[in-house]
Amino acid sequence: MVPTAAKLGPVPGWTILWLVFLVAVGLFAWRVAFLVRLLMLGRAEDRFDQIRERFKRLLVYVFGQRRLLDELLVGIPHVLIFYGFLVFLLATSGMLLQGLFPGLRLPTIEQNRYLAPVVDIFAVLVLAGLAVSSFRRFVIRPAGLQLTADATLVNLLIAALMVTYLLAEAFRVVALPAEGAAWVPVGGWLAGSLVSSALLRAGALTFYQLFWWMHVLIVLFFLAYLPNSKHLHLLAAPFSVFFSRLEPPGRLEPARADGGLGAERLEEFTWRQLLSAFACAECGRCERACPSNQCGEPCSPRELVHNLKEQLLRYGPALLSKARATADGGEPALIGGLISPAELWTCTTCLSCAEHCPVMNEHLSIMVDLRRRLVERGEVDTRLEEALRNLARYGNSFGQSERKRAVWAQSLDFKPKDARKEPVEWLWYLGEYACYHPALQGFTRSLARILHAAEVDFGILYEGERNSGNDARRVGEEGLFELLREKNVATLQKARFNNLFTTDPHVYNTLRNEYPELNHGRHPVYHYTELLADLLARGRLRVAQELPYRVTYHDPCYLGRYNGVYDAPRAVLKALGVQLKEMPRSRQNSFCCGGGGGRVWMEEIGEVHARPSESRVREAASLDGVQVLVVACPKDYVMFADALKTTGLESRLAVKDLTELVAEAVGLVPQAAASAPAQPRAA
Amino acid sequence: MSQDVLVVAEHFRGRLNDVTFELLGKGREIAQALGGKLAVALLGHEVRSMASELGAAHLVYVADRAELREFIPDRYGAVVQIALKEAAPRLVLLGSTSMGLDLLSLLSARGGLPCLDNCTRLDARDGRVMVTSQIYGGKIFAEVVLPDQTTLVAVVPGTFAREAGQIAGAPEVRELALPTLLPEARTTFRKLIEPPPGDVDITKAPILVAVGRGIQNGENVPQAQELAELLGGAVCGSRPAIDQGWLPKTRQVGKSGMTVRPKLYLALGISGAPEHVEGMKQSEMIVAVNTDPKAPVFGVAHYGVVADALDLIPLLTEEVRRRALEKAG
Amino acid sequence: MNIAVLAKQVPDLVEGLEIDASGKALDPDSLRYILSETDDHALEEALLIKERVGGRVEVFSLEVGEVREALYAALAKGADRAVLAQTEGEVRLDNHTLARIFADLLGRGSYDLVLTGVRAIDDLDGSLGGLLAGYLGLPYVGLVRKVEIASDSATAIVEKEYPGSYAAELEVRLPAVLGIQAAEQPPRYVPVSRLRQVMKTAKVEVQDASLPEVLPVAVERLSQPEEGAGAAMLSGNPEEIARQIVDLLSERRLVG
Repeated sequence: MVPTAAKLGPVPGWTILWLVFLVAVGLFAWRVAFLVRLLMLGRAEDRFDQIRERFKRLLVYVFGQRRLLDELLVGIPHVLIFYGFLVFLLATSGMLLQGLFPGLRLPTIEQNRYLAPVVDIFAVLVLAGLAVSSFRRFVIRPAGLQLTADATLVNLLIAALMVTYLLAEAFRVVALPAEGAAWVPVGGWLAGSLVSSALLRAGALTFYQLFWWMHVLIVLFFLAYLPNSKHLHLLAAPFSVFFSRLEPPGRLEPARADGGLGAERLEEFTWRQLLSAFACAECGRCERACPSNQCGEPCSPRELVHNLKEQLLRYGPALLSKARATADGGEPALIGGLISPAELWTCTTCLSCAEHCPVMNEHLSIMVDLRRRLVERGEVDTRLEEALRNLARYGNSFGQSERKRAVWAQSLDFKPKDARKEPVEWLWYLGEYACYHPALQGFTRSLARILHAAEVDFGILYEGERNSGNDARRVGEEGLFELLREKNVATLQKARFNNLFTTDPHVYNTLRNEYPELNHGRHPVYHYTELLADLLARGRLRVAQELPYRVTYHDPCYLGRYNGVYDAPRAVLKALGVQLKEMPRSRQNSFCCGGGGGRVWMEEIGEVHARPSESRVREAASLDGVQVLVVACPKDYVMFADALKTTGLESRLAVKDLTELVAEAVGLVPQAAASAPAQPRAA
Repeated sequence: MSQDVLVVAEHFRGRLNDVTFELLGKGREIAQALGGKLAVALLGHEVRSMASELGAAHLVYVADRAELREFIPDRYGAVVQIALKEAAPRLVLLGSTSMGLDLLSLLSARGGLPCLDNCTRLDARDGRVMVTSQIYGGKIFAEVVLPDQTTLVAVVPGTFAREAGQIAGAPEVRELALPTLLPEARTTFRKLIEPPPGDVDITKAPILVAVGRGIQNGENVPQAQELAELLGGAVCGSRPAIDQGWLPKTRQVGKSGMTVRPKLYLALGISGAPEHVEGMKQSEMIVAVNTDPKAPVFGVAHYGVVADALDLIPLLTEEVRRRALEKAG
Repeated sequence: MNIAVLAKQVPDLVEGLEIDASGKALDPDSLRYILSETDDHALEEALLIKERVGGRVEVFSLEVGEVREALYAALAKGADRAVLAQTEGEVRLDNHTLARIFADLLGRGSYDLVLTGVRAIDDLDGSLGGLLAGYLGLPYVGLVRKVEIASDSATAIVEKEYPGSYAAELEVRLPAVLGIQAAEQPPRYVPVSRLRQVMKTAKVEVQDASLPEVLPVAVERLSQPEEGAGAAMLSGNPEEIARQIVDLLSERRLVG
């Protein structure tokens, strides 16, 4: 029998159900429509391209729960809850239909002898998953995962749904054994224990109806509540994943066609950026992955998205109203309001947040758009300002003359070819650190000697080279980036070369992803580790003596996470014969040195208890027997060399650029004493 | 025009500034070489007593008026012009200071007299006066032969020895013939702003550890502080370090800050711009550390090191500590 | 409140300086020019005054080096007008000449306040502002670090710096010339996008000015200090150097 067939007082059950159903659906639809209208406040953006790829993402990230499974303690319970939700979506819909149209006697899952046990087992699995995740949320209390009334309520509702289902089932088995599937493991077991009580046996039918009604009513309540809670991510996440950005993360959005730069008011963000607010499940993985946040700086990707949501929910409605009193609709400034400039300036753009976000939110683009607005207003701190002015005037942030770009090469015993004047196979785009920074010029020379010895046909641009603009762009100075790019492209177009390589992952990222004029030609961009790996593999570079070191390797953000180059440096290390031990946070989980996003040009903000670079060298030093921290990025070298000093770990660990090790192994420099780590000073 | 040298005396808060004596010493030498006399223009209110300190001069023109109590560029300029008419000197010496530079420029324009600033060397021979000025942050020296007419020269303070101008003597004191009513000045003095009370008087510290741009950011100041304390001294800085907020204004050494003469001046990451050098060049021993071998500071230092100050500070601290322990142990 | 700012281009020390064959001047080919730092401060102070009391800021300069970019930057920051003085024949860059040229240009308008940097790195013959004030017969105060316009708009209250961090507060009746040492806040930043936009839309006026008959003081010879001349240079690795320094201090009993 269908519980709604019976009368509840003077009114048939199905009437009441219809009433509640319509109200719940109505509230749900109204709220969702409202949220969609809020999203439409945002700017248009075409995310309807490459539909096949998008469906693939849906499959991998939503149904495959890919990102959640990197942390098993979270991943497994969530998979259970997620699939449990899908299963119950079907089961409960069946129950609802049945309840709304009792006369039609529609078949339900409960009656299906194959499917009913599945639902039954899932109920327990979901409860198990809930137990683990609740334990994590309420007892372990990881950072970034908040204890809100909302979260608690959602957990309770899910638990209640499972329990009422199981109880309803159990009582049905007792009261109406013929009506449903014959065998349901959990329900059946429960029924078995209930049967022992005469009271429960007598009232089994009533209890069945009671728990049936409770289940259905709770579901309808949940339906109405859902779009008002953080559980909205249920609805929004599939869309946020489907409409996620397909372009490489290392390619930022340029200025708008109308010349507008950056965003601060709600209507200046794109609808997809605003969607981040609703898709966010407030899980806190982004915050836990954020190096700046972990060392005490005000930066928090989760807060960023959350505050955007707050801004949208609080002030969006006024903007929806046609009769707007003022042009800005009374929307107070976001920066300086819900979001502080300090939060924006302390981001290193390492991409860890976006990499770990299960709903594929775009923290980076929101952050850069806000930074662009600050730069537009000239609100940048003096040190950063100086770096930007130097970049614009001298083409490097050090404030040194362009003419001194190739001074590093003067002490070489050969003169690198000038790619502006003669054709070369490989163009070496050095990057400003390799050219100007005193600690790094030695590595630059070493690499030049290595390549010369391997008879690689390479050349440089001498004074024609300027900062590639990667960090200027990420600081929000889009105009400066365009200026630098224009000058560089003009120089590159006059130079003659086939391939391009660089030692700096920041340069690598922007030349590869953000210089369309370069890419549309036939000039692939490589990192020097890729070139070295190739040379070693082909025997053009020979290892004279294998190195006896135990090392660990730090994956640079812009090489690894941004551009997927993890293996080439490791292949080089393998060829050198060193023993490589990976740090706990390696590859995609590599922990940023803290220098990206223009941070090397800024002061520290906030109470910093351990800089990211210090945390990282400690991590390296914690590995047993590891003597050397190998880096492949000039900023990493500078940051870690400094961190070794400030942490006092200089005698425990040495930081070396991969070039140094290669130079030693191929016999270009005498090998340092194997026991003591060499001083972190360039040759 | 005579072959005299006229020094415009400078005083502040009731005391003659050191630069006045420096100019007197050199001025006397020049006047003798030219065959003329040394005169001084002394403007102010109730300053006649200062005339007794100006023994190096032969003649002191005094303009003592209430309106001249405080330095007002236009007013002082007008009065000095009267002195110039009376003295018709060959050479007028001023300090290249806040007061001197204003006067130099106003007098040159109003009186149609050639002028020269940033003088670090002054000679007279065979009736010719040669001046060397330093420009471009101390990177270029310009040698000039003065034209044969009254010329104004502003001298960088600390260039010449003050003692040479502090000789005893009895100069003639002459009242400048001023009109009863001085021409109306459109500038009036309101008040003197005192420096904020500071913790340490760096002019009294025997050892100074000075930081400049080369220490890169304010977080490195405590390291320098530690070293200074170990040495029994204090930390001070060049103007950029103060402008960046790394140190309070009371720690500024240079033209707009303090002039110091410690036993040891350790210049870390300081380039040696003339404005700074002016404030410290009389230190007994100057050790300069800078990554740029061409930094002007090496021109004034006794010992120099081309290195990164940030590398050296902890090493110095350690070495000093070690020595102290050795001595104690 | 009409404010004129005089801006000078000076050789950029980052690029290094070379003396030409005659030995009396710098080799112009070796030079790259940049806006004089104190002039940048003068502009900033002028813009601050404009923000507080309203008015116009007009920037004057001479056609030298990358001056146009500096003028566009000034316009992008909020200046209302930029004027380039053009003269026939070779321009000497001494301050007396410049002061005469600017005096001529300023005479074509009417200004309540003229601000300029109090000293530039290439100053040999006095302060541009002081000379200008002398030629125009206007009151002058140099080494100013703060300017406040009184409510009657007829006087300015300025702070003049003295050594030892002292300063004098003076009241100056306008019109007047002020030599700025530092603005009340560091010169503001102009984002490149805005600068490029201004370069497309704004105009720099060019005005003819006659070359004055001013005989500058003739430079006999320019020279450069020898590298490290004066200092006895210490060498070795950092540890060795630290030891040498402490040895020196120890000799003089400066260290225990």
